[in-house]
Amino acid sequence: MRDHSYYDAADLERFGDVGKNVPDLAKKFFDYYGAVFQAGALSEREKALIALAVAHALPCAYCIDAYATSCLEKGANLDQMTEAVHVATAIKGGSALVHGVQMRQHVEKASM
Amino acid sequence: MTQPPRPLPIVHDDEQVGIHRQRAPQRSAEAQRDRLHHLAPPGTFADAVDAAGQALLARSPRTLQLNLGKLCNQRCHHCHVDAGPERTEVMGDEIVDHALHLLDCQAGFDTLDLTGGAPELHPRFEEIVRRARAADVAVMDRCNLTILTAPRFHHLPRFLADHEVEVVASLPATSSDRTDAQRGDGVFEKSIEALQALNAVGYGQSPRLVLTLVSNPAGAFLPASEAVLEADFKAALKRNHDVDFTRLIALTNMPISRFLDFLDERGTTDKYLRKLVGAFNGATVDGLMCRSTLSVGWDGHLYDCDFNQMLEIPEEHRRSILDLTTVDDIRALSGRRLQTDVHCFGCTAGQGSSCGGAIANSNALAHPSI
Repeated sequence: MRDHSYYDAADLERFGDVGKNVPDLAKKFFDYYGAVFQAGALSEREKALIALAVAHALPCAYCIDAYATSCLEKGANLDQMTEAVHVATAIKGGSALVHGVQMRQHVEKASM
Repeated sequence: MTQPPRPLPIVHDDEQVGIHRQRAPQRSAEAQRDRLHHLAPPGTFADAVDAAGQALLARSPRTLQLNLGKLCNQRCHHCHVDAGPERTEVMGDEIVDHALHLLDCQAGFDTLDLTGGAPELHPRFEEIVRRARAADVAVMDRCNLTILTAPRFHHLPRFLADHEVEVVASLPATSSDRTDAQRGDGVFEKSIEALQALNAVGYGQSPRLVLTLVSNPAGAFLPASEAVLEADFKAALKRNHDVDFTRLIALTNMPISRFLDFLDERGTTDKYLRKLVGAFNGATVDGLMCRSTLSVGWDGHLYDCDFNQMLEIPEEHRRSILDLTTVDDIRALSGRRLQTDVHCFGCTAGQGSSCGGAIANSNALAHPSI
C-alpha cells in the first residue's frame, strides 16, 4: 500500500499524466524537453551529465534517478557522474559563500 | 562400426578465470517464463509487433548458429546460458556431423555462428571451423577472450586468423572494475592479453581479420549508442593498452537466466521490464536476428534464437536439426512463424539488440524515465 510520503519513485513513470489536462501545453513542453536532450553542440552524454548536476543542485529526487540512469545509458561512468555532482556542489557552496561578501559589507556598514 | 563416445571436455582449474562463487541452482526455463508472465502476459510482445504494423515471419535462414555447449572457463553474472566450468552439456558427434553436412549441401547458409559456453572448448571446434571454411561459409567465433590465454589454446589466434574467422569478443567496458564486476575477477586483464594476441596476428588491423567487441551494460539499463561506445572504446583501448579492434556492437541484457536473478535480487525486474516495453521500437523488427538465423541447441533442437533456447521455446514445428535432411527442408523454414515471448522486448528496445548489435536509431523517450 502506498504510504503518504511526498516522493514515490513510481510517480516518475506517470510524468506524462500531467498532460491529461491542458494537453496542448504538455505537448509543447515534452516536445521541447525531447529536443533539448538531442545531440547538438553538446553531446547527449554531456547534456545528461549537466542534467544530473542540476538535479542535485535543485535537488530533485525524480531527476536524480532519471539522469543517473540516463548518464549510464549514454555511456558515462561513475567517475564522470561523481565529478558532475561535485560541480553542482561547488556552485551551490560557492553561491552561499560568495554572499559572505554581502554579509561583510553589511557588518562593515553597521560597525563603528 | 559405432565409434565409442568421446570423453567430455573439461576446463582445468588453472584455465578458470574469475570464478569466485559457487553456482547457485538456476531456475528452470518454465519458472523463468512464469516469472516474466507474472509481470506481462505472454502475448504482449506479439501485440506490440502487430501494433507496429509488422509481422514476425522467418526469412530463408542465412546464419546457422550452433551452441556447442554450456561448458565455459568463466561464470559471468549476466550469462543467459548459465554456462560454467561444471556444465557437461556439449554438442555430440551426430549433431556436429549433421550440421556440417548441411553446410556442405550449399543450402543457403552463408555464415556459421559458433557460440557456447566457450565454443573453443568443444573437442571438434577446429575441425568445425576448417570444414565450414572449406564449404565457403563465413565463421563467427563468439569468444570470451580469456580462453585464448590458456596455454593449450595459445595457438588459436593464429588458427583463427589463418581461417579468417570473425572473432566476436565480449568486453563490457574499458575498465577492469566494470568488466570484472560482470565477468569475474581478473577477466579484464586476461581479456586485454587476448586482444593483444589477436592484434599480433593481424586482427583489428587487416580488413580480412574482423575483431568485433561486444559490450553489454553492467546493470539494469539500456546500452549507450553503439557509435558513441565504439569511439570511446577505440580511444581508451588504444591509449591504455595499445589494442585495436574493428567494430563494436552493443547488446541489451536479456531479463532471463542469471540476469533475471540479479534483477529479482535487486527488486528491479518489474521496472526493467517496463523500461524494455516502454522503449519498444517498431523499426527494429525488420532487422531482428531471428528473421534470418536458425539456432541449434547443444542437443540438436531447433530454436529461433539462443534466448529462446535458454527459455526452452522451440521453433514452430519443434524439430531437431536431424529432421532437416534436404535443401528443401532448409528452404521450407522460410515463412515459419517466429516464437516470441515477453523477453523479446530486450531485442526491440531503443536502438535494438541483435547478435549483430544495434538495428535502428534509438527512439528517444519523450520524457525521462528510470
